[in-house]
Amino acid sequence: MRLEYTEKQKAFRAEIREWLAAHVPSKPLVSFDTREGFEQHREWERTLNAGHWSAVTWPSELGGRGCDLIEWLIFEEEYWRAGAPLRVNQNGIFLLAPTLMEYGTDEQKQRFLPRMAAGDDIWAQGWSEPGAGSDMAAIRCKAIRDGDHYVINGQKTWSTRAAYADWLFGLFRTDPDSMRHHGLTFILLPLNLPGISIRPIKQLNGLPGFAEIFFDDVRVPVENRMGDEGSGWSVAMATAGFERGLMLRSPGRFQQTAKSLIDLYKQYRQSADADSALGDAAVKAWMDAEAYALATYSTASRLRKGGQIGAEASTNKIFWSEMDLAMHEAAMHMLGPRAELMSPSPQSAGDGHWLDGFLFAQAGPIYAGSNEIQRNIIAERMLGLPRS
Amino acid sequence: MDFTFKEEHVAFSDSIRKFLMVEAAPEMLREIWETESGRSKTLREKLAEQGLTALSVPEEFNGIGLGDLDWVLIHQELGYYAIPDSLTDTAYLATYLLSHLSTDASLKKEWLPKIANGSARVAVGHPRNPLVADAANADLLLLWHEDEVHAVRRKQVQLTQHPSIDMSRRLYQVNWTPSDTTRICPARIGKALWEGLVDRAALAAAAQLLGLAQRMLDLGIDYAAQRKQFGKPIGSFQAVKHHLADVAVKIEFAKPVLYRAAYAVMREQPRRSVHVSHAKLAAGDAAWLAARKSIQVHGAMGYTWEADLQMFMKRAWALDAAWGERAFHKKRIADFIYADQAPLGPGETFT
Repeated sequence: MRLEYTEKQKAFRAEIREWLAAHVPSKPLVSFDTREGFEQHREWERTLNAGHWSAVTWPSELGGRGCDLIEWLIFEEEYWRAGAPLRVNQNGIFLLAPTLMEYGTDEQKQRFLPRMAAGDDIWAQGWSEPGAGSDMAAIRCKAIRDGDHYVINGQKTWSTRAAYADWLFGLFRTDPDSMRHHGLTFILLPLNLPGISIRPIKQLNGLPGFAEIFFDDVRVPVENRMGDEGSGWSVAMATAGFERGLMLRSPGRFQQTAKSLIDLYKQYRQSADADSALGDAAVKAWMDAEAYALATYSTASRLRKGGQIGAEASTNKIFWSEMDLAMHEAAMHMLGPRAELMSPSPQSAGDGHWLDGFLFAQAGPIYAGSNEIQRNIIAERMLGLPRS
Repeated sequence: MDFTFKEEHVAFSDSIRKFLMVEAAPEMLREIWETESGRSKTLREKLAEQGLTALSVPEEFNGIGLGDLDWVLIHQELGYYAIPDSLTDTAYLATYLLSHLSTDASLKKEWLPKIANGSARVAVGHPRNPLVADAANADLLLLWHEDEVHAVRRKQVQLTQHPSIDMSRRLYQVNWTPSDTTRICPARIGKALWEGLVDRAALAAAAQLLGLAQRMLDLGIDYAAQRKQFGKPIGSFQAVKHHLADVAVKIEFAKPVLYRAAYAVMREQPRRSVHVSHAKLAAGDAAWLAARKSIQVHGAMGYTWEADLQMFMKRAWALDAAWGERAFHKKRIADFIYADQAPLGPGETFT
């Protein structure tokens, strides 16, 4: 055990800190759940890529820096500390790319990864369907082989920012007679193909951050398949492992929120009728964000020595989503009657960022596998309890 | 940066776990509970044979000379098996005090080798705890008085026992008279020494609490897998699964907090007290949740004297307030996070 950074790691931190100080936009970007904001965030991805910062863990020949997971954590810490824009290509860079590197052909890697790093292709996910949410093996959207193409018919839903994204990755049923997790195939497709129609869905904040995608005889070349036909479930599980595991939510995000909550409490406690229980909530926010950071460093250290990501994927998801909710709930209580106010009310808190965060925190325990599903996974795979 | 234990640390704690699995079965704990002293000479001898009494005694006094990082894993095992012994107070805490004394070498020479070979028990009294654990069994008591350290023989004190719900805890009010002859360390040195002691004691309690949490979780899992209702093991029902999964999450996120605290104490880092308080709170929280969820999963059996769960629950309930109740530890964290220029936010975890 050695809980100090090496000189190389310190130099890496200094380098990214300096770069971010020079490049992070001084004015916050418009929400990436709008067309205008989406394109602003795409520009930011291009800026990041020009500095070789868009995908630091990738090999350098694919546009990355070959960083290990500790350096990735340092990068993320500095990124959140600098208040840099949210990553519009998170789905691609952090979720699809690790799966592509494991299951994709060399040709697919060359074709997709550099464009992903450059912000030329922004990726959406295609898992959920009206009848397949938590029960993802109930997927029905068909992709039937026709020569050197798959012909896709059906529907996907809850696809984040699919209204603006360029490409989609997801699971489709290539064997119409198959059941459950058999007969599914992992397919990548551009969202501008003939036969695709996209209907945006407004989220809690009124912005069209979700979309439904309808497929009507959409023809996708066979070379857009990742992994073998019918092996989609195991390929998808690898994506889900990374998503829930380490890279979906890095600790820097929550440490930044905890710091802001502590600052908020320092103002709040000066009011005459301050609720001291909210001071406890701020203490807990610091402790939990710190615990999450420590747990991530611990997992990263283990993985670097050749360990595998296991049930951390599920314990992490539960921990960060509940922590995020608790921190934002505490902030709302501290803000009291100001909590509901939105921009441009001069009384809205921090231009409404607590309110935005509070709304977004509601989704945490639901997306990327609901927390109930995560608890089942923990109970069955980590604790060895019998399946229901 | 490497947040993993060295193989020799893990191997040592594995060997201790295997030893305790055999030597500290719940039936034996029950027998020891029923004895008047609450302590077993045989168990103590076996702990000494494993090297545990000598673990942090310096080598010049026939010890092994290992440190806080070794102890944290061992304390988790001692918690897991709810070991009824004053091993922590004698071999970790009193040893820390004695080996850091500069003034009285004769005291070191007299006691450290006896601690190392397991023949002496030493109790430690500090106002953070109103009562002194294991005072009646102790050959020597190291007592706080206005930040001074005093060393008092057993026969120089009067004791009144206060029964605890955890029958393996033997707590005493100690009446004694501090004097120039009992003082072994002045306040100007003692203050820092006692601070280091409180941190180590709270760290040891946190590690035991986490071990207890794991034990209670394991007992809950075993019970839920065996007990059948509606024709199925109750562990196949989601409501039961989710109780136990919640405990697993708490434990997972308390462990790295505990290990970082141990590292900070070992390295004498400036923020070590904050990290120790964090560990104590996180481990206490995990242990209390484990107790609550495990008794729920055990149903009526969990409310009986017969079920082993009681021994671990009671230890967890008691240890939560030992060496600093929650308010004390929360305040240490609050003082840190609310200070001007506090190093908070991303990138400050290891600064």
